[in-house]
Amino acid sequence: MLSTKEKYRYSRHILLDKVGESGQGKLKSARVLVIGAGGLSCPALQYLVAAGVGHIGIIDFDTVDESNLQRQILFVPDDIGKNKATIASQKLSKQNPYVQFDVYPEKLTNKNAIDLFEKYDLILDGTDNFSTRYLINDASILTARPFVYGGIYKFEGQVSVFNFENGASYRCLFPRPPAKSPNCSEIGVLGILPGIIGTMQANEIIKIILGIGDVLSGKILNYNALTADSTRIAIKKSDKQIQNILDMRDDFKDYNYDYFCETNHDNKKVEKIKEISSEELKQILKTRSIQVLDVRQEWEMPKIIELNAINIPLGEIPNRLSELDKDKQTLVCCQSGIRSRECIKLLEKQGYSNLINLKGGISSW
Amino acid sequence: MKIKMKYFGMIAESLGKEEETLDLDIKMVSDLSDYFLSEFSRLEEMNFQISVNLNIVPAQFELSENDEVALLPAFAGG
Repeated sequence: MLSTKEKYRYSRHILLDKVGESGQGKLKSARVLVIGAGGLSCPALQYLVAAGVGHIGIIDFDTVDESNLQRQILFVPDDIGKNKATIASQKLSKQNPYVQFDVYPEKLTNKNAIDLFEKYDLILDGTDNFSTRYLINDASILTARPFVYGGIYKFEGQVSVFNFENGASYRCLFPRPPAKSPNCSEIGVLGILPGIIGTMQANEIIKIILGIGDVLSGKILNYNALTADSTRIAIKKSDKQIQNILDMRDDFKDYNYDYFCETNHDNKKVEKIKEISSEELKQILKTRSIQVLDVRQEWEMPKIIELNAINIPLGEIPNRLSELDKDKQTLVCCQSGIRSRECIKLLEKQGYSNLINLKGGISSW
Repeated sequence: MKIKMKYFGMIAESLGKEEETLDLDIKMVSDLSDYFLSEFSRLEEMNFQISVNLNIVPAQFELSENDEVALLPAFAGG
């Protein structure tokens, strides 16, 4: 499987008992998707490529800016203004011609995430914002791919492996995003810090592929570059958090992650949403009528005739508010009850009250 | 009871220290988060998790004398 030239190139790996030729073969057969080609990903990519990971996907919509060069070490001044994923793959192909690259100069969204994740074995999270991080977590649960997390703040970094062999997920640790956590471009970062954290992420990827050592799953490592202290904290898996994501499989593509990160940090507000089951709704409909809003796409089935629902897909709600009678009590439904919750939060922001969510959605009818 | 506190990231920055020993009349982890959120309301927007002796614990976890407690926020950057 490895050519003579490859065996020589990787000879310092092959000499190790825990790697050997078979381990190097595993690296060659592995497929890793790196999300973002910024501070964490640049060093991670360089080591994954040097190590001979056979197939690497890089997704980043962003272009190189001069202020990136302080830490994003794959880029030089001539690259300014060019797409990061494209430039990174050009540099890395020269570094190791035995590695194959897929370049995605686009944004990771819930529309493309599932198809993309399914093409790879492992995901490396090199993003710089919470909405993409929750999206990565959820897509990695839905596709059963582990993802290696890295996050940084000024002089401190965090590393963990989530969704590894049915282990804890990012939501088990942080069920909700913070109201405010600025990224590096807003508050600054010590340039070497993403180098350290990104390299640790690459190390976890290599360990998982080789099946050696203790994977940093079920724990999070916090590293402080100023004191050189590292602290490992154990995380408890929450089956409920993971089941919630598995339950929203059908709704995943309609989930608004930006909106979730803007609004969901206040837990009390979420709990206040009134919900009824389809059985309770059937009872209510026997005695009186109720305004029903169905936020599914028009093609989604089944349609329940007796609900006499107004059908406005979630994405069109802001522009079609006039179709709703604001003074009437309104039941909001979708396929499984997730999008309708999103819709209720959105409507409450617009001053609507007296809203009820259909728990379990039309699927439970 | 006396507890040894450790702070990370923006929490350490906001409190102006990385560790200290507190002597508080409290019992549960939820009492501790209530204490921090009422004394330092700016921590509210950071949505931290609490660990006791290096394990993330739920709000109803009971604290003991000399426990080592850490406040761990999420980092956005990358």
